[in-house]
Amino acid sequence: MGTDDTGGRQATAAPGTAPAIELKGISKAFGPVQANKDISIRVMPGTIHGIIGENGAGKSTLMSILYGFYKADAGEVFIAGKRTDIPDSQAAIAAGIGMVFQHFKLVENFTVLENIILGAEDGGLLRPSLAKARKSLLELEHEYGLNVDPDAVIQDLGVGMQQRVEILKALYRQADILILDEPTGVLTPAEADQLFRILDRLRTEGKTIILITHKLREVMEATDTVSVMRRGEMTATVKTSETSPAELAELMVGRKVLLRVDKTPATPGPVVLDIKGLRVRDESGVERLKGIDLQVRAGEILGLAGVAGNGQSELLEVLGGYAEATGEIHINGQPLDLAGKDAHGRARRARGIAHVPEDRQREGLIMDFSAWENTAFGYHRDPGYQSGLLLNNARIRTETEEKMARFDVRPPNPALAAKNFSGGNQQKIVLAREIERDPDLLLVGQPTRGVDIGAIEFIHQQIVALRDKGKAVLLVSVELEEILALADRVAVMFDGTIMGERLSAQTDEKELGLLMAGVAA
Amino acid sequence: MDFLTLIQLLDSTVRLATPLLLACLAGLFSERAGIFDIGLEGKMLAAAFFSAAIAALTGSVWVGLAAGIAASMVFSLLHGLASITFRGNQLISGVAINFLAAGLTVLIAQDWFSQGGRTPSLMGGARFGPITLPFADALSGVPVLGPIYAELISGHSILVYLAFACVPLTWWVLFRTRFGLRLRAVGENPAAVDTAGVSVVGLRYAAVLICGVLCGIAGAYLSTALQAGFVKDMSAGRGFIALAALIFAKWRPWYALYATLLFGLFGALETRPDVIEALLGLKIQGALLGALPYVMTVIILAGFVGKAIPPRAGGQPYVKER
Repeated sequence: MGTDDTGGRQATAAPGTAPAIELKGISKAFGPVQANKDISIRVMPGTIHGIIGENGAGKSTLMSILYGFYKADAGEVFIAGKRTDIPDSQAAIAAGIGMVFQHFKLVENFTVLENIILGAEDGGLLRPSLAKARKSLLELEHEYGLNVDPDAVIQDLGVGMQQRVEILKALYRQADILILDEPTGVLTPAEADQLFRILDRLRTEGKTIILITHKLREVMEATDTVSVMRRGEMTATVKTSETSPAELAELMVGRKVLLRVDKTPATPGPVVLDIKGLRVRDESGVERLKGIDLQVRAGEILGLAGVAGNGQSELLEVLGGYAEATGEIHINGQPLDLAGKDAHGRARRARGIAHVPEDRQREGLIMDFSAWENTAFGYHRDPGYQSGLLLNNARIRTETEEKMARFDVRPPNPALAAKNFSGGNQQKIVLAREIERDPDLLLVGQPTRGVDIGAIEFIHQQIVALRDKGKAVLLVSVELEEILALADRVAVMFDGTIMGERLSAQTDEKELGLLMAGVAA
Repeated sequence: MDFLTLIQLLDSTVRLATPLLLACLAGLFSERAGIFDIGLEGKMLAAAFFSAAIAALTGSVWVGLAAGIAASMVFSLLHGLASITFRGNQLISGVAINFLAAGLTVLIAQDWFSQGGRTPSLMGGARFGPITLPFADALSGVPVLGPIYAELISGHSILVYLAFACVPLTWWVLFRTRFGLRLRAVGENPAAVDTAGVSVVGLRYAAVLICGVLCGIAGAYLSTALQAGFVKDMSAGRGFIALAALIFAKWRPWYALYATLLFGLFGALETRPDVIEALLGLKIQGALLGALPYVMTVIILAGFVGKAIPPRAGGQPYVKER
């Protein structure tokens, strides 16, 4: 990986060329937190430079300084060898910097063309601006192979296309330096590959690209040079061809990290979850699940792969008890009364189903409530938590403290509000609440989304440990890598149906990718 | 119902729709930029008072109009300060403006004129009179078209024509100019505007000030054209009906015209119980008609007549994220 196989892979800059961007001694503090500490970096023109680091390592702060959102406390920025001040986004754009944010900055009900000219119009009237943009869009399409319908409305486009619009926006503003912040977080593997092809093309045309990510694989595949950040500091800058994922992971985390999940082969027992002919319609009457048949056995992890939006979320919601459905679900051989007495999450928990929702900040936690309150949710009717008419808060607190210690939640302070924990620690709080109840079936959605490498390792170990205790696990993830590493069996969802099931030891990303795209193998 | 009654009914529809239309377009500018404004009512009231008071003092309705617009813009700035600069709650700021206007107008009126919270009656040049369009008299004899031109189209004050001209103007500004594009964008996704290097704060203040100007004209119309002088609480909920019309119109200028004309018709019918009785054959309480705009808005919001999707960033102060 990372070696020259396309001919255009190596940095093309001749010796003596000024770097496209050079940062010298950048520091930035938010109150007592030093987000960036004396950071220096040189990015040569015509290269793809990766910046990796865990969440909170200071990558985004650094890029925000470069795009004029924050002012650095100290340090200097040089663009093409010239010292440049970037007080605001306007100045960044003028300096030839384009930014593709993780969350797109597009106006959803505008057309592609309107989004592209926004803020870069020529004159007060729209008609000439739109006509000019249409023409240059054709040229950009010709030059970089970035085709997109200029009259499509953004909300009708897929995320891959929307991202393309963001790149076009930057190019339309004559950006020579393109910064992409976690660009593949929302993309399918195929879309990600396409993105990297586009970036490769941009590089051959002389653009400089900074790729911010926490995914080692992407850095290894797409970049020429990598800088690693840890706790606000730049710990290393290395040539991609001279490093390895293991070395980068160690530089990121500061210790050795196990990149593969360490697990023994599964020993599946009796069927715990048995789904037959499950159908779900959404509010507008569209069928989101079109007759799902699925089984999960005790002592196995079933991974549910698929591009986001193909019914995985709906399936989790139905199983967790907060969406309506028709069909049959059996738990340990006993039917669930979907519409009647088992219709609610509380009844599902009583039947031994625990649920770690996909969106922990909206469905898993109440962000303004403390950790101990959050660990009681859903189980607050537990007789052990009662004290007469009131909740036995003291008991919940001590239990939370124990759970936090077992799940290595940092800081181990039960009184701290959920929003004050990092993503990984929030996820550990949810996991602790659900796993510690010793469920027969664990539903877990996107367990490591927005979670840093160190915590991912721990979370994966916990899920495997639950399996080894003979429990059933249904894992939903958009990260194919995660599914392949963790699951014993993989089912792929496409358009509300199960496209196919595979043993994870006998399949690969390519085969699953085809199934995810709806191509029956 | 004979033809003449119909013309009369439509004529008063136009007159009653005018302040609603101006206030509705005012709200449209503000809300399209993401600033909800339930203070339309208060701004209209303040403008109604100050235009009547200054017109009474100077004898010039134009100076009065300017004073009304200025007063309304001051309130707009206050709303902008609270909701844009200090990122406060836009509803609370709007409510505060309504109360402030209701109290302040009567207080100042009493202090200046000592007529029980009113201004003196306006006469002559202190009031907007009707304008007779060319050939109105000559054509009035022509059957059907004559009365329509002479009675319905001609004979309104200048502000009525101004209000109707504002509809295509608003449409053109919103959908054909750079300012309009940015204004709509800032109400949908301010972060997109910000990262494109355009000032969110500047755009929102511009929108709020335009809202002030239009509310000012609406208020001046109430006290110097529709009626001759200011009386306590004379806006009488029109600001809220304009908001209802704005939702009914789905935040679009031409729909705003139709919605306010419809609501104006309800207002006109309210004053003509005889017409309703002749049409329906039964008596209907006028107050029931007065409630119709709100009833229809609830129906719209419940989604029976298509979906009304407000600007996505509406009501939320913009806080820059990384």
